[in-house]
Amino acid sequence: MAEVMLPEKLEISNDTSSLASPELLHVLAVDDSIVDRKFIERLLRVSSCKVTVVDSATRALQYLGLDGENNTVGFEDLKINLIMTDYSMPGMTGYELLKKIKESSAFREIPVVIMSSENILPRIDRCLEEGAEDFLLKPVKLADVKRLRDSLMKAEEKAFNNIIMHKRELEVNDVYSQLKRAKI
Amino acid sequence: MDAIVAQLQRQYRDYTISLYQQGILDDQFTELKKMQDDGSDFVAEVLSLFFEDCVRLIGNMARALDQTGTVDFSIVGASVHQLKGSSSSVGAKRVKGLCVTFKEFCDTQNYEGCVRCLQQVDIEYKTLKTKLQDMFNLEKQIVQAGGKVPQVDIN
Repeated sequence: MAEVMLPEKLEISNDTSSLASPELLHVLAVDDSIVDRKFIERLLRVSSCKVTVVDSATRALQYLGLDGENNTVGFEDLKINLIMTDYSMPGMTGYELLKKIKESSAFREIPVVIMSSENILPRIDRCLEEGAEDFLLKPVKLADVKRLRDSLMKAEEKAFNNIIMHKRELEVNDVYSQLKRAKI
Repeated sequence: MDAIVAQLQRQYRDYTISLYQQGILDDQFTELKKMQDDGSDFVAEVLSLFFEDCVRLIGNMARALDQTGTVDFSIVGASVHQLKGSSSSVGAKRVKGLCVTFKEFCDTQNYEGCVRCLQQVDIEYKTLKTKLQDMFNLEKQIVQAGGKVPQVDIN
């Protein structure tokens, strides 16, 4: 009798914290103000995020390798889960950075959040239309970051569950084929 | 020892509350405190960066307003905007409020108004610096006396 390999029982838990280690949310923060950089870095660290902070949109593009210099070298290791950028920055604005990220095939899936001290409706609309995940009024609060983390973790959990379901389906089909072959 | 700690804690609480009541600090400062865990100097560090920023930006504004001939109010306004942003991030309520007025004077190209605001902003950030130094000193004294710095509930 042929041996049938049964798939291991897969536990799909509803508890988001078991999904991935909380420290793994890696955020790239962009702000030209030294005070705000210090602030956002701390805010994200106490919210259990790994943080990389840069002082301009240009440096953010350099970090991501989108500046045209270093295109395909070593990006697979660069895992950014979220980009948070100030809107008003000298040189390239946060809005322009958002557009560049959404134009890139490597990074367009990464959620981009815009931060601004000014509550200007047309500005907010423009950013959301360009694909921003959210628009936060400065100063950003601990509660804002928590809300963001929770919604990102939920989205990741959903994607993860879809992968597990698909994997399970494949394994069930595999068992079925084995059973057929063994004529059970 | 306990009586001393209790007295220092009371002083600290009263002093902190007075800073909020005088409108010198706002809720954002409370947020900063929440982000600091025991043993880190985060609040002191970020305020230190803020005060350095004040010196730099006020210098820019003073230079821009000192032009014999035409003053470029947009340059003054750009520095005011930055100062407004950073004061907002650290809870420096009075400095932030002054920046709002200052920005309006820049937009309407009101020279006297700008000069007045510049003087006030200079006084205000220095006042904040002194008062926070007093507050940090009280914290140090409490810890040195063997006590814990109390969480001050503003409401």
